[in-house]
Amino acid sequence: MSGLTSRHIISMDDLTAADITTVLDTAESFKEVNERRIKKLPTLRGRTIINLFLEPSTRTRTSFEIAAKRLSADAINMTGSASATVKGESLRDTAKTLSAMACDLIVVRHAYAGAPQVLTECMDAHVINGGDGRHQHPTQALLDLFTIRQHAGRLAGLRVGIVGDICHSRVAGSLVPALRTVGATPVLIAPPTLLPARPDVLGAEVAPSLDEALPELDVVYLLRVQMERAAGMPFPSLREYARFWGMNEARLSSARPELLVMHPGPMNRGVEISSAVADSPRAIVLDQVNAGVAVRMAVMYLLLGGEGGGAAA
Amino acid sequence: MAAVEYRRKAEVMDGQAIDRALTRIAHEILEANKGCGNIALVGILTRGAVVAERLAERIERIEGVGVPVGSLDISFYRDDVATRLSPEVHRTDIPFDVEGRDVVLVDDVLYTGRTIRAAMDAIMDYGRPCSIQLAVLVDRGHRELPIRADFVGKNVPTSRRERVRALFEATDGAADTVEILEEVEAR
Repeated sequence: MSGLTSRHIISMDDLTAADITTVLDTAESFKEVNERRIKKLPTLRGRTIINLFLEPSTRTRTSFEIAAKRLSADAINMTGSASATVKGESLRDTAKTLSAMACDLIVVRHAYAGAPQVLTECMDAHVINGGDGRHQHPTQALLDLFTIRQHAGRLAGLRVGIVGDICHSRVAGSLVPALRTVGATPVLIAPPTLLPARPDVLGAEVAPSLDEALPELDVVYLLRVQMERAAGMPFPSLREYARFWGMNEARLSSARPELLVMHPGPMNRGVEISSAVADSPRAIVLDQVNAGVAVRMAVMYLLLGGEGGGAAA
Repeated sequence: MAAVEYRRKAEVMDGQAIDRALTRIAHEILEANKGCGNIALVGILTRGAVVAERLAERIERIEGVGVPVGSLDISFYRDDVATRLSPEVHRTDIPFDVEGRDVVLVDDVLYTGRTIRAAMDAIMDYGRPCSIQLAVLVDRGHRELPIRADFVGKNVPTSRRERVRALFEATDGAADTVEILEEVEAR
């Protein structure tokens, strides 16, 4: 008996509402482990986990690596520059090579949407999507749900405003369906140039401005302005963006007193979030980072545990 | 493979017998440790935790002082994680420092000893206790590891094909009982 309905976590579509609850509840136990002096469990001793990060990342890769090590798995990091991809090896061949080394689980980050799916087709290992292009970043959504539940005590019925570059964001790509699965309402808040062409397809509400939407929100989730992807200049200036779409103290005063301010990091202080807000007690950004390790431990445990039994009793 | 079914074969302890056994174990723990100054009880989730709570109540009644009680989930320490996931993971809650304590591990049924091995490893990750002792409501034999209980409610000879189940009002909503279940023959 395995813990989840899917062998892989590629997108939030792989997880049912019950799966999400299982992950979050399991993560609660791992969070307790992370508060101990000895932050290590023998659970995945002898299992091999490869972090294949073909796009720059420090926090997500570190978080996955810590999670694997705290479960006593052997974690190996492979980054773009160190892998054979720079020598021209195809993703399929990289996958087959790693498969031949008998790794049990692979976490992949890739610039192209669909790369993790390709891996599932050419290797036996479990695959976790660590972020693929503009598609999805499911463990980020899971840790966000964990953090919201931790602070608000529930998920169903909450209104969560997602502000910023919805169009290019894999964080939003996972968070929107995740919120819908658990019965919360995602509200997309962005300049029209950063909204997808058909926001209705996502099943999210769209609000015309941050100021109008804010008083009704339980959570405001600020997406990073992706300087590297904003080459086509979807808004006139960073200053203008900060003025209309950034979270600052004045806006905070018009929101509910229990409003939670979240950000997937790394933050651009003074753009999507002012320094005062980022350092205020309403901002739970570091709790998100903290939850990341526990949630990633939970998905590793649930994917790798209980598989050898075969015969479903 | 069809699920194996079990049916109740016999009751080995009723509510009163459980109460008497727990009272005796409470006295034995106090006698062995010369009071409750340095002891702490840790119940293995879920039913061991119930037994631990009840032992703590009795110890408090006898000595007039409370003893610290914790509960331990051993899912992540099991030796069969690769083949079997615990259906439900509960939160470990050890609200005291185990360093230097005489920790009394408490479980409902002692069988192969593998659970106790996992629990000892788990306790060690919280600190270095002065000693670890083991109290169980029922010892049904068939050990697979060199583990022995210090305090036993009742020794119950069983066959490996049988199951021993303790039910408590707090966790199962049924009257307290310990019963033996036997496999139903395939028809």
